[in-house]
Amino acid sequence: MQRHLSRTILLLLLAPPPAALAAGTAAPPVAQACLGCHGPAGGGAGAVPAIAGRDAGELRALLHAFRSGERPATIMDRIMRGYDEAELGIMAEHFAGAR
Amino acid sequence: MPRRTALRLPALLLAAPALGRAQGQARLLVVGGGFGGASAARFARTLAPEVAVTLVEPQPRFITCPYGNLVLGGLREMPAITHGYEGLVARGVRVVQDRAVGIDPVARRVRLGGGETLAYDRMILSPGIALRWNAIEGYDEAAAAAMPHAWIAGDGAQLRLLRRQLQAMPDGGVVALAIPPNPYRCPPGPYERISMIAHYLKRHKPRAKILALDAKERFSKQPLFQDAWRALYGAMVEWVPANVDGRVMRVEPRAGVLETELGTRHRADVANVIPPQSAAAIAIEAGLADATGWVPVDYRSFEAKAAPGIHVIGDANQAGAMPKSGFLANSTAKQAVASAVAALRGAPPPEPVYFNTCYSHAGEGYGISVVNIFRPNADGSAVAEVPASGGTSPRGDLPEQRRLEALYADGWYESITADMFS
Ligand SMILES: Cc1cc2nc3c(=O)[nH]c(=O)nc-3n(C[C@H](O)[C@H](O)[C@H](O)COP(=O)(O)OP(=O)(O)OC[C@H]3O[C@@H](n4cnc5c(N)ncnc54)[C@H](O)[C@@H]3O)c2cc1C
Ligand code: HEC
Repeated sequence: MQRHLSRTILLLLLAPPPAALAAGTAAPPVAQACLGCHGPAGGGAGAVPAIAGRDAGELRALLHAFRSGERPATIMDRIMRGYDEAELGIMAEHFAGAR
Repeated sequence: MPRRTALRLPALLLAAPALGRAQGQARLLVVGGGFGGASAARFARTLAPEVAVTLVEPQPRFITCPYGNLVLGGLREMPAITHGYEGLVARGVRVVQDRAVGIDPVARRVRLGGGETLAYDRMILSPGIALRWNAIEGYDEAAAAAMPHAWIAGDGAQLRLLRRQLQAMPDGGVVALAIPPNPYRCPPGPYERISMIAHYLKRHKPRAKILALDAKERFSKQPLFQDAWRALYGAMVEWVPANVDGRVMRVEPRAGVLETELGTRHRADVANVIPPQSAAAIAIEAGLADATGWVPVDYRSFEAKAAPGIHVIGDANQAGAMPKSGFLANSTAKQAVASAVAALRGAPPPEPVYFNTCYSHAGEGYGISVVNIFRPNADGSAVAEVPASGGTSPRGDLPEQRRLEALYADGWYESITADMFS
């Protein structure tokens, strides 16, 4: 979070005229992988559940439970072990705010 | 992290003038409209609307290699794996149906087959693979009309030919596959293909056999595949590794013969030859590849070592520990675009993390998977898996896991193709 904020501030300080640097709508880099299964906006795809627009705390708890192996999974347990605490937080915040 | 940002500040300030690019819009040119290229073009539009994106691709529509094996198995038809570029056009990508025939990395210009020349500020190059004709003696382009590879999708003719041959062969016949050494496109792909051909044969020609001649001694998700073959297809599948004379050295396309290292001649009714591979011709002709035939890159930005400003993603690069997969082409496309955009904006590139999942269908309603998460080292010279992460589906008698993974694989296909083309 902190990392993101300080970068945003730097970018703002150095910002060129708005026309040359319109803000994109892309998800943060660590959340990009999720879009390959959960739909390009996190809205779900086929049997893979939707994760967009859900409570950030709930999402974070789910991600933790996958990582610890507490929550049964076919694949999310293996995925979550690749990311650190801060990254889980970024994912949860992002998808909570995604529509 | 704040420390790192502070360290980068001077570089940022120095780079700042680049932000105001004097003449017009910054230009991102994407060459190749497959897994890497289509993902890059779509992502660039969402990340940086101020950048003009042009995509060059010779095919009017893209046929995916993923799920092509399900067409052989009779579980999908061709339209289900065929995708148009309308979605990208609607997002403001200029799609040029042509082939890049020459790259000038110094002048930053690309010549197209149709005569047009395109100038760029940054290029994303994702042209996929070329087959090494005659690496297996007798296996050239003409031979592929008798012994299909079906390993580059193109217009779909190769996949259709292989399917027709399977449909035409007699019950009790032999299907032989020649499987290449590493590295090649999609490590589990040949074994999913064996599975899907077996699925088709079990239904329609139950006395037929599959002879899988392999230049390797082990393969991706091997225990899971072999468990599935035993459970689903009994003795139909025979896999012959290199150490028991599995490596195919020569073929005689007209006689339907595959000859292995020790001179054993196997006659097949259908022969699917997956030959050794290299980066696609355009990458080699532009001088980007080294003696291995693949393109060395910086693993943080995917810029070619031989040509900064050209980001080479997908199967064409020398991927180190990373497998040549569609998911990784998609994942690394995003880092390459973010790095290119950052360079255009004079901003620091994002922290890199690369993601792969390869689902395989070992049978109908029987899915297995492997997950890998990779991060590069600080100078971008190597990439390694995050310790204790990822891995394959568990082994054992787990029917519910297999059933669910086949369903989730379908979700993956829907999702990743939407992330490329919608
Ligand atoms: C049978 C099979 C099954 C597979 N299954 C899976 C799977 O389940 N999951 C997975 O993640 N991966 C899978 N893969 C791997 C996946 O297909 C590749 O890793 C992926 O396509 C690589 O993307 P790419 O962009 O490098 O190449 P491609 O997707 O092949 O795209 C390259 C594009 O560049 C174009 N091109 C080539 N030369 C030029 C030129 N000179 N100018 C302009 N355009 C050009 C081509 O026409 C093509 O459209 C499978 C592969 C096979 C063969
Ligand atoms: C390879 C496909 C795939 C990828 C990539 C993926 N997921 Fe999942 N996700 C699934 C599947 C399948 C499930 C169902 C649980 C299971 O079987 O593992 C799931 C379940 C979830 C759930 C629980 C939803 C619920 O209602 O129970 C959350 C939250 C989630 N994923 C978040 C993420 C995040 C965040 C990412 C990005 C790092 C991600 N997923 C990447 C396939 C994927």
